[in-house]
Amino acid sequence: MDPVQVLQYILSGITSGAVYAVVGIGFDIVYSATGIINFAQGDFLMLGGMIAVSLAPHMPLSLAVFCAVAATGCVGVLLHVVFIRWLRSPAVLRLIILTIGLSILLREAALHVWDEKVRALPFFSGDETSSLAVLGARVSPQVLWVLAVAALIVAGLGLFFRLTLTGKAMRACASNASAARLCGVDASALVTLSFFLSAALGALAGCAVSPITQTSYDMGTPLAVKGFTCAVLGGLGSPTAAVAAGLLVGLVESFSVSVLPLAFKDVASLCILLAILVLRPQGLFAGGSRSLKGGNR
Amino acid sequence: MHWKILAVLTVIALFAGSASFAADTGAIKVGAILAVTGPAANLGSPEARTLQMMVEEINAAGGLLGRKVQLILKDSQGSADKAFSFAKQLIDEEEVLAVIGPSTSGESMKIKDLCNDGETILLSCAAAETIVNPVARWVFKTPQMDAFAAQMIFTDMKAKGISRIGALVSNTSFGQGGKAQIEKLAPAAGISVASVEVYDSNATDLTPVLTKLKGKNVQAVVNWSIEPAQSLVPKNMKQLGFDVPLYQSHGFGNIEYAKAAGKAAEGILFPCGVLLVADTLPDGHPQKALLMKYKTAYEGRFKEDISGFGGYAYDALLILSEAVKKAGSTDRSRVRAAIEGLKGFVGASGVFNFSPTDHNGLKMDSFEMLTVKDGRFRQAP
Repeated sequence: MDPVQVLQYILSGITSGAVYAVVGIGFDIVYSATGIINFAQGDFLMLGGMIAVSLAPHMPLSLAVFCAVAATGCVGVLLHVVFIRWLRSPAVLRLIILTIGLSILLREAALHVWDEKVRALPFFSGDETSSLAVLGARVSPQVLWVLAVAALIVAGLGLFFRLTLTGKAMRACASNASAARLCGVDASALVTLSFFLSAALGALAGCAVSPITQTSYDMGTPLAVKGFTCAVLGGLGSPTAAVAAGLLVGLVESFSVSVLPLAFKDVASLCILLAILVLRPQGLFAGGSRSLKGGNR
Repeated sequence: MHWKILAVLTVIALFAGSASFAADTGAIKVGAILAVTGPAANLGSPEARTLQMMVEEINAAGGLLGRKVQLILKDSQGSADKAFSFAKQLIDEEEVLAVIGPSTSGESMKIKDLCNDGETILLSCAAAETIVNPVARWVFKTPQMDAFAAQMIFTDMKAKGISRIGALVSNTSFGQGGKAQIEKLAPAAGISVASVEVYDSNATDLTPVLTKLKGKNVQAVVNWSIEPAQSLVPKNMKQLGFDVPLYQSHGFGNIEYAKAAGKAAEGILFPCGVLLVADTLPDGHPQKALLMKYKTAYEGRFKEDISGFGGYAYDALLILSEAVKKAGSTDRSRVRAAIEGLKGFVGASGVFNFSPTDHNGLKMDSFEMLTVKDGRFRQAP
């Protein structure tokens, strides 16, 4: 394999990895706040992309994306308020099954609101045929947008959790909800906020990838599986770990293509998931105490 | 107690009597199993719209043999298992005259034996050759064979001096059918296939595999699929700066796929029926009048371009109603025999010549090489 080809695989791995990472971060945010694995996370990307595609002909692209992000965030809030918030001490398993149901609900609703057709946002810069040379390898300018959006999300979240009072309160809830409540933190409102954040970030990512991957009503579930892999790999909780995990999964997938038939691409990433669940359920980067079962309720 | 049993039996007899009475003079039931939603929705939904429109037209004109046609439409979502249970339902419970569809080859193969054993006519809208080869007595199909498509592509390649290609197929029956034909026919055409790669039908990024093909120095790429992923191939190729001709299968015959690929779709070559370029056909063309009638009605009503897939369903119902008229009855075996007897029958995908050994009835001349120019389908120069 010549170096240009290696670089090409790396770029393509990073691109899909960045998308997986953003989905994984969405899982992390909700999981830290509630202990729930929200399997509707992939559908937020679909919803963001779909709404933006519908709005794009009527307004500037940036405004359409902004509205799509806000609207999807509101859908996230709505889902939490209507289906989850009023439940009194529900079992985690019940909540997880509930989110699977919500995922189906969102998918079918999208099928009825829009239709079965595959859509795509226009490219943020350039068009379908534009291509940038990066050290001999070629990428679509949209790839840079995807990477920029992913980086922005990670950096923004980092700042939010470290510097703002709300962010600190969310972290407090995540590490000990009862103690946080005793200190006067409105845990329930923060959980709603976590749904808003994960939905809005998902929607933003959904808009960024739409020109490359296309958006259709049933794109959510496969993305959720990949995002879940990254979240588990990263140990559920830290956005930075999810990014590292996402890039790892993306690169493994991309390089697996160079040696194996393409059909085994998903096998490669799902093998990672299985291996991690069996060998290191606390995630690749965690110290050892946390596990998938632990939760933070 | 005997009178009670007698009464019950009488009631049953009355109902049964009225039911069989309805079967003779009531509506003619035609089943359709189509992938209206799901990954093959670009096939199933134009097919479903076409059938609904045609049934309304037939009924408005007085129906068939003076009886209304009732369309019982089932959405299989492209799933072979769903298609199977719908087929059972249509055959056993609804006792339909014929089943139109399914949209995809996998579903069609799944119900081929079921329809054949249930002695119900199946008019498949899917491409794979295995649907009618070996011939099953009750099973027909309207789209052209995938073998013809592969031959068309190879002939075009030879004319352009292309001898080394890479191929991509999706992991569906349609894709597998294409893979088999490419591998079977390429050697005879003097074309070497560097690699045939199978991708997931829900794929969202094909740059890694195209990188692999690019590394193999191929002179052209063939993509064989019916899913939206086929719009990714031209986009990803352009983004990689992979500048070789791209050939698609007849599965590309819905303008939505070209639209989804935008500018990157320009110059794609694919074999398809002349249906997609109906408006540019010369006036003397045998299919012109029929195609323009279908095109005007469909596009006027649904505000979307006609597709090759809608044409497959159009032919299926057209063939069925012609056979019913010829047979002068809705007796299944007489209608079936009437289909086998259709010769020189002009349809949307070509001119059909059925026989007991040919349940497709189309020849290679039903294909033309098409291309995308300025966002529209055109005949390739």
